[in-house]
Amino acid sequence: MDFGRISRRHLLQGGAALTLGAAAGLRPAFAAETTIGFIYVGSRDDYGYNQAHAQGAAALKKLPGLKVIEEEKVPETDAVEKTMESMINLDGATLLFPTSFGYYNPHMIKMATKYPKLRFEHCGGLWSEKDPKNAGSYFGYIDEAQYIAGIVAGYTSKSGKLGFVAAKPIPQVLRNINAFTLGAKLANPKATTQVIFTGDWSMPVKEAEATNSLIDQGVDVLTCHVDGPKTMVENAARRGAFVTGYHVNQSPLAPKAYLTGAEWNWEALYPKFVKMLAAGESIPNFYRGGLKEELVKVSPYGEAVSEQARKHADEIKAKFLGDGYTIFKGPIKDNKGNTVITAGTERGQKDPELEKMDYLVEGVIGATS
Amino acid sequence: MADGNIGLWTVPLAVLGGAIRVSTPFLFVSLGECITERAGRINLGLEGTLVMGAMSAYGISYLTGSPWLGVLAAGLTGALLGALHAGICSLPRVNDVAVGISLMLFGTGLAFFLGKPLIEPTAARLPAIDFGWWSDVPQVRAALRINVLFLLGVVLAPILFWAFKTTRWGLLIRTAGESADAARAMGHSVLMIRLRATMAGGFLAGIGGSFLSLFYPGSWNEGLSSGQGITAVALVIFARWDPMLCLWASLAFGGAAALGPALQSVGVTSGYHLFNAAPYILTLLIMIITCSPKRTLSGAPAELSITR
Repeated sequence: MDFGRISRRHLLQGGAALTLGAAAGLRPAFAAETTIGFIYVGSRDDYGYNQAHAQGAAALKKLPGLKVIEEEKVPETDAVEKTMESMINLDGATLLFPTSFGYYNPHMIKMATKYPKLRFEHCGGLWSEKDPKNAGSYFGYIDEAQYIAGIVAGYTSKSGKLGFVAAKPIPQVLRNINAFTLGAKLANPKATTQVIFTGDWSMPVKEAEATNSLIDQGVDVLTCHVDGPKTMVENAARRGAFVTGYHVNQSPLAPKAYLTGAEWNWEALYPKFVKMLAAGESIPNFYRGGLKEELVKVSPYGEAVSEQARKHADEIKAKFLGDGYTIFKGPIKDNKGNTVITAGTERGQKDPELEKMDYLVEGVIGATS
Repeated sequence: MADGNIGLWTVPLAVLGGAIRVSTPFLFVSLGECITERAGRINLGLEGTLVMGAMSAYGISYLTGSPWLGVLAAGLTGALLGALHAGICSLPRVNDVAVGISLMLFGTGLAFFLGKPLIEPTAARLPAIDFGWWSDVPQVRAALRINVLFLLGVVLAPILFWAFKTTRWGLLIRTAGESADAARAMGHSVLMIRLRATMAGGFLAGIGGSFLSLFYPGSWNEGLSSGQGITAVALVIFARWDPMLCLWASLAFGGAAALGPALQSVGVTSGYHLFNAAPYILTLLIMIITCSPKRTLSGAPAELSITR
């Protein structure tokens, strides 16, 4: 958009929305109707990442005095800035949730600087002191749920070979792969996880090929970290392998093959955010939590999960919900033999070092580049 | 072998399996486009046709419970889109490439719009024939679970080759593609020939789409095609407008698509982006090797707007 030649009409609309935003957005009581904008990178009923956020948005729609607007299939480019602009200037949105990883920097940061009175909440970004104060990032420690899924997978696998269909080697994905593997090793110290990167968040044909290749290698339990796990779940189930899900509960797709899964719990979090704003508090810029804080959850166990697996998984889950439990506890070696966490070091969930993860732990077959 | 551990054999097996599994949409779209382009018109809209075909096949299969009705619906949708393309192109001074691009956007957009409620439900799938019964190795059996559509495509390629060469309508299509004036002089309507050729092309591309949603990967979602339709159109040029070469090229592209994941599964992990790009590198290489500044592409129909 050429801002040098912005029309007067746009300017007026923008000005009006800004005033509205300033008046209604961060003021304690939501006198008028508040508009909240959700932006998804894919389709919101994809049995995956976007559906999890859409379930959160649906929870907000039920609350009085809120208007939720949504836009799907917005690419991680300048397009998302245009979408935010139009949600702000045309719909009067005062709280925005650009939910995809690549929206954060530079796009959302740019918008947050441009509209300092509005609130921007990003899923997965790494907010730091340098970033605008009206921007925030939240994320769930879904690796806790992956760890538990790993335990279940480790007990269920007969070959001891697990498979992971992943999109890109970014820290959050690597952390899931590592947690899943560490969990599996609790159940079976010899378990390995073979990882295949497809290169992008939604590549159905590649995901199906990756699933088939893994099963050809003798993998009998698979999981994934892509936007829509449907392809992996259905194709693995057709080949007779077990799966643990991701993002949302995929058991309706493959009731017999579905063991358990790591799910987001945005429908619990988003209403909390809105309540914070309504009570005049500000949302912490850096918001994180796991099973205990109800940001993530574990799917109910499938019928193929053994008694022993259930018992062990429940035991660890109780620790997460109780006093806490550390997944990344030294000594941990990466799969090249280097020590990445020294003996005696405990990297708790909130440790920012974990959000920069760039290694795969021992037991993972694969490489980050 | 008994424990199913086949080690490095996974790679050739996956490439073979991939060639069979992934190639079918390429094959149908490229054969369809081959008919259309031989008649002297380029339909770039087949990407949209493919996606529309995938969506309508999934929808009809879900509603009626019969995947074969879905395949038929996909073909008819494709023929309809082909008729639209040919209809617009029959108007004077209309550029077929531009119409194709707009139909590509129209087809994908319409499919995403109508396909919204189809993302969640699971539709009945096309059956597969088990050609791997002779083998004890589960991986071989899995690779040889072949869909009937693939076999149809494989049979269709030589039939088309033969038809172009020896039948009357094959000659008519080629005449319309090589010299519209000659076809007119013979008393045939070039527009009618091209309409039928584009509809036939659309029909095949639609069926290619039904394979995507009803067999492999086997469900409807918006990332389903990820450019396979447009790759297949390019593949026709690569195959020099020859149906048999279309078949080999589709198999090569299918196999190349399986290479990246297969190599990673046996532990060749570096440069997976490069392996994922293998089909495109292959295209570029062959284009560079076979290009010549002295002549136009051999086998290109003379009436095509890119060669004229």
